[in-house]
Formats: sequence, C-alpha cells, structure tokens
Amino acid sequence: MRVAVVVFPGTNCDQDVLHVFGGLLGAEVFPVWHRDRDLKRADLVVLPGGFSYGDYLRTGALAKLSPVMDSVREFAGKGGRVLGICNGFQILCEAGLLPGALLENVGRRFLSQFVRIRVESTVGFFTAGREGGGVITCPIAHFQGNYFADEETLKEIEDNRQVVFRYCDPHGVVEAGTLECNVNGSRNAIAGVSNRAGNVVGLMPHPERAVEAVIGYVGGESGLEPFRAVCKS
Amino acid sequence: MGIRFQVLVRLKGGVLDVQGKAIESGLRDKKFDNLKNIRVGRAIELDVEGVSKDAAWAQVDEVCKLLLANPVIEQYEIREVE
Repeated sequence: MRVAVVVFPGTNCDQDVLHVFGGLLGAEVFPVWHRDRDLKRADLVVLPGGFSYGDYLRTGALAKLSPVMDSVREFAGKGGRVLGICNGFQILCEAGLLPGALLENVGRRFLSQFVRIRVESTVGFFTAGREGGGVITCPIAHFQGNYFADEETLKEIEDNRQVVFRYCDPHGVVEAGTLECNVNGSRNAIAGVSNRAGNVVGLMPHPERAVEAVIGYVGGESGLEPFRAVCKS
Repeated sequence: MGIRFQVLVRLKGGVLDVQGKAIESGLRDKKFDNLKNIRVGRAIELDVEGVSKDAAWAQVDEVCKLLLANPVIEQYEIREVE
C-alpha cells in the first residue's frame, strides 16, 4: 500500500496523515509537493487539511490550480482512490472531483470541537467495509464546513448513496435542523460525500486526529478503523 | 495600455449569505431595521494586455469560470471600466 500525501503551501495536517498510514498502519507513505506532478505509483492519494494558499479567494480555490492537481484528476479518472480531509475536501469540491461546495458555517464561528459522524453509505471506498454503519467521534476545525449543493444535486447524491457521513448526536440520531447536532448548518447534515464511482471521498471532520486512545480524548481511536480498512482493501 | 475589467462575484440567490445576515443584525442593533436582504459579494479588478477587446472579454470570462467564481454557489458579472 503506497500512500501519497499532497502538501500545498498552508497544508498543516500532512504529518498527522503520514503518521496514521505510515506510523500506525505500516503503509509506505510519502509527501508529494504541490508543484510536482509525479504521484510515484501511489495506491491512494490524500489531500490533508490546512489552509492552502491562506484560503485566499475561496477555500481550496487556488489549490485546484496547482500542477499536482492535474495528476490527481488523471489518477481519479482512472479509478484511483483519493481522500480529501477538511481543506482537502474543499479542494476536491473546487476541483469538481466531488459535488457541492463548502460555505461558511451558519453560526459564523470557527468551530474547533469534537463531533459525531454516522457512517451513511458504503459506496465510497473510505467506508466500503462498514455495512453496519457506526459512529465516529473526532474533531472538526473549520470556518467553511457548511456543505451546500443545489436541490437537484442533493437529490442525485442522496439517491446514489454518495453521502458518506452525516453529523449525528451521541446516539447516532441525525437532526439536520439543530446546530447542536448539525454544527455548521450543512445541507442534510452532510459531513462527507463521495463521487458516483466511490473512488473519491471527502469529509470535513478529522478522523486522523482520533486514532490513538492515549491522545484521542473523547474520540478515543474511533477514527482509526476506516484508515485501517483502506489499508486492507 | 491594457483594458481594465471589473468582475463582480456574488452568491447565487438560493445560497445562504451568513456575512450578509451578520451585517443585517449589526445594523438592526443601530435601528436600521428596515435594511433587508443584505448580500455580500466581491469585486475583482484586472487589466488585460496585448489582445483585442473581444479576446480580452473572452479571456476574463474564461478565468471567471476557471477560478474567480465557483459556479456551484456563485454568479458573476463582467464590466469594462475606464
């Protein structure tokens, strides 16, 4: 398993992702600078979180123009697996590799807190093995995490089961209408989506920050399972 | 001399503008409670050099689609300015 972790200027979660895949799961990991086009025969490409290009213009907008994104697009087009976390999700939406866009949080606050997300679908490769669903508790840290798609797109991604994660309460119940549950006001409480084929997945929360019980706080290591499953598949 | 353009980028009608809402509530506190539907946009200005007017318009339109506006949430308007 070879995992490429793309680093843009302003990316700041690359080490966390390298640690999960390399340090904890024994995958072969390597960073790829955004000016490079060579993904070095990666099996999986991760766009980690951060503030690429200082979030100038719109989050993820400038990153989509980086040379590496041509390679990511080509890789994804051939069915290669691409995972975008937080800013990586925003970049994938901007690049048109995932549907929708991320708007400012409804409450106009930068949200740095733990959330619970419910596994909604096994269409995306990141949750492919989780037929039983389940809940992951992990942090979010974003100002633009309010998922938006127009009605038509929303219906399409719901019908095709492309919604991978939804924000939920401690019991796994989704209440899209309350900010206690759906913290940033996302449409249909969507926390993560995949493309139609399932080989491109993006999510706002940070499961890579809840992978070791000793530092996972209330999240424990509930975020580790999908990373582990990806390494096995 | 290039041709100067101004691009106005706005959120589409159905897209919640949380900045606009915040401004509205701030003004409401100062008794401007009849100011409604405040929407915040962005103006981007640029010079296009070395091409004809038609080509310049086409180029600005191209970069709007590529980068300056996100068609999922935004609409844009191009103006030539003096």
